[in-house]
Amino acid sequence: MSYRVTFDEVRVGQEIPPWSRTTALMHWNRYAAANDEFVPFHMEDEAGVEAGGRGAFGMGNLRHTYLVNAVRDWAGDEAEIREVGCQYRAFNYRGDTLTCSGRVVETSVEAGRQGPVGLVRLELVVTNQDGTVASPGHALVALPLTREAALANAAHGDRL
Amino acid sequence: MEASGARALITPAMEARRGVWGPPRASAPVERYDIRVWAIAAYWPETPPRLYWDDAYARATRWRGVVAPQDFNPFGWPVDGRGETESPAGFSQPGVPSINGGQSDEYGVPIRPGDWITERSRLRGWDHRRTRMGPTVFVTTEVVWLNQRGEFVRRRLSVNIRYHADEAPEQEAPP
Repeated sequence: MSYRVTFDEVRVGQEIPPWSRTTALMHWNRYAAANDEFVPFHMEDEAGVEAGGRGAFGMGNLRHTYLVNAVRDWAGDEAEIREVGCQYRAFNYRGDTLTCSGRVVETSVEAGRQGPVGLVRLELVVTNQDGTVASPGHALVALPLTREAALANAAHGDRL
Repeated sequence: MEASGARALITPAMEARRGVWGPPRASAPVERYDIRVWAIAAYWPETPPRLYWDDAYARATRWRGVVAPQDFNPFGWPVDGRGETESPAGFSQPGVPSINGGQSDEYGVPIRPGDWITERSRLRGWDHRRTRMGPTVFVTTEVVWLNQRGEFVRRRLSVNIRYHADEAPEQEAPP
């Protein structure tokens, strides 16, 4: 079983572990290749300046990806990530350290396919090394209520 | 002034496409390699979770095999249609800055190797107001993915921001 957390271990106000990357062309170019996202302002300083930045800047989508990673790493491989969203409010320049943080803001229980399921709503944020909020965001994660329930649900496929 | 400036950002194509679902398009079948490359890029320079590349490990989870990260995109690298500049939502305008304001995803079943995805999209609507960048319009596009079995995979609401620049923006999107 590879849940890192179950619903009974979650409390409102609890924080998830921070998830960070110091980004540069090595990160952006790999992501561009995976996402087929070759946009000049993500690759060339002149194009970044023309687009209103100080130079080339990273993809908003990559920040969203980092938030998904942060939630996955907190909840574990078998958790069901149901929502992730964010806004893009600041450029991500070469050498910036982006840190994804999150806090539990709401919990509830719904009927699942195999029994009750815990829903955990997270408030997320990506900040840079200056503390600037680059991306406020949110997520919704479905978790089994207990470790025992997680074991019982292990064979039941794509939705809890 | 503000209203007229923002109105100029709303094109006839946007008016025509508001709320109208476009034709579906299908992805190529997803390869295990595609998922692995995505995961490596997403986690670079650290090793991505084994769920995304180690089938023996993934088979022991409740997913019963490798799955893609939720934000995986199976629509990259199309053979046709490269070099298109017109947005499917119809809001491209020469000389008007356009920036990515954010996105909100709802996820259903995961994408697995061998899946192919059908996408439909529509321009859902827009709001406009004056920001420190000038008259600004926030355009929301909705994209829905289903897999080959008709199962819901993802709904993404994306916000594109376009503005008449009073001054150079200091941020990618206004607060």
